[in-house]
Amino acid sequence: MTKGSLILSRRTGFLFLLPTLAFVVFFIIGPFVWVFWLSFTNQTLTGVTAVAPRFVGLANYLRLLDFGTWMTRGEFGNALRNSAQFVFGSAIVGQAGLGLLIAWAFYRRRGSLREVIYTLVILAWIIPDVVVAFTWMAFLDRDAGTLNAVLRFLHLASVDWLIKQPLLSIIIFNTWRGTAFSMLLFSSALATIPPSYLETAEVVGASGWQKFRDIIFPLIRNHILTDIILVTLWTFNTFTPFLLTGGGPTFKSELISIHTFRIAFQFFEFGRGGAIAVMMLLINLALALTYLAILRRKEVGT
Amino acid sequence: MKLARFILVRVAFSLFVTLVAAFFTLPLLWLVLTPFNPRGTLAVEIPAAPTLANFRLVFANTFAMRALLNSAILGLGAMLIVTLVATMSAYALSRADVPGRDFLIYALILFSSVVTGTAAMVPIFLLIFYLGLIDAHLGVILVFTGGLLPTAIFIMRDFVEGLPRSYEESALVSGATPRQMFKDVILPLVRPGMVVVAIWTFVNVWGAFLIPFILLRSPTNMPASVAIYSFYTEAGTPIITLTSSYALLFALPVLVLYLLVNWRYGFRFFGGIKR
Repeated sequence: MTKGSLILSRRTGFLFLLPTLAFVVFFIIGPFVWVFWLSFTNQTLTGVTAVAPRFVGLANYLRLLDFGTWMTRGEFGNALRNSAQFVFGSAIVGQAGLGLLIAWAFYRRRGSLREVIYTLVILAWIIPDVVVAFTWMAFLDRDAGTLNAVLRFLHLASVDWLIKQPLLSIIIFNTWRGTAFSMLLFSSALATIPPSYLETAEVVGASGWQKFRDIIFPLIRNHILTDIILVTLWTFNTFTPFLLTGGGPTFKSELISIHTFRIAFQFFEFGRGGAIAVMMLLINLALALTYLAILRRKEVGT
Repeated sequence: MKLARFILVRVAFSLFVTLVAAFFTLPLLWLVLTPFNPRGTLAVEIPAAPTLANFRLVFANTFAMRALLNSAILGLGAMLIVTLVATMSAYALSRADVPGRDFLIYALILFSSVVTGTAAMVPIFLLIFYLGLIDAHLGVILVFTGGLLPTAIFIMRDFVEGLPRSYEESALVSGATPRQMFKDVILPLVRPGMVVVAIWTFVNVWGAFLIPFILLRSPTNMPASVAIYSFYTEAGTPIITLTSSYALLFALPVLVLYLLVNWRYGFRFFGGIKR
């Protein structure tokens, strides 16, 4: 673009950007900086420490990372471990894995079957959180739930899902909830592969798995990485499982997002809550920077 | 040999599709059937005598209707601000010499996806608290706007970049000010983009639970996503007839808007932009 085709002066451009800058400073950058400060204080919402919070140094962090107790119920380590299992199970294996399988199964297929399956998967993705939480509560109910009805029909033992298997329940739930994004991303990635690549492989008699491993996978590797990082980031931060299990029973499904919520908004300990939030934000930042690095490599590589 | 493999692949495909269809359909059956059952439970039953009585219960419940109105206020409020501000910013980023504009946009998106969820709500709650906006719809609207703006600008930029510059150039020649140019030339032309951003914002705010749950206090201010947890019996179990029909009613606008966008702009587009 040449300078001559500029329609707005730099000053006018800045004025048009001003509202956005205000929102970003107030609600994104400001909070990001503030939470670091908070995490070094003993700020609470009521009492003396609400009016005059004291600087407590690393005390909040030392408490979180006290390796003697941090893995016990309701502590930071326990929540971190739950989140790690939740992300691995529902984001990487669940959403990315199932999304890739569905996209691959319908690769080069058109027609109403594909439309029906895609619509169902997308439906699970667009319905509001609380609505899916209610319908899943009914689905997983011990006595009346549909899942146990199906299990009994198949002569399998029914399970009290939300009580006995809370973490597994929210992993399955979150897979159901979010697979659509990965499925759509992989569908459009697969659509860019020239059919001639695969036709050549078919002539020499390659199996489906061989075609996937030797042709498809190398071509969509960056898409897979991108997808895994994005769904990891979203899954790591999601709060929706709270609506299904409340983090319980006995903190067995307390994710790090739910842990933060409990410390900051039920106990109103903003100093300690801030320290947990800083940990989360740093993990988010690491994921986002990895994502950017992949994007840049993709631009250089192609 | 080749035939055997062909049959094997067909069987595996059919089995896989059946399982996927079952997995994604079964949890939804309850939501589709129970609202029409006058004696709904947590079990999936085809109602013997389907009825709209449950919906009449919801419409007669002033608290429930008030909550839907609150959801609409939050959704429309955020929608108006996000759409206008994002369009202005996208316009500036496209037509002015903003130093490092691509870096700026990526940094914005990056930061908005980092400062998110419960972690971001810790400082944001205190900010809203000190601003005196706890339990005010305005506070919720502002927080949503801050979170959604970067992605909205990103979506909007594609639309603005696609506009020919010749209209603005002739407006410039006739002596239009930047404000007139934006209002009279750009806004009418970029309307499809604004519709997409508006719908996307509305759907995001309408369905959200965490932010209003944390920032609002009084029951009369709660949007439907939070108020739905109020329909409990004295024994502490949800009143299924009311809750299920309310849930379906609450999901309806999202489904309608999705169908609208799907029909107007195609299906992949909407897919790519939902967070």
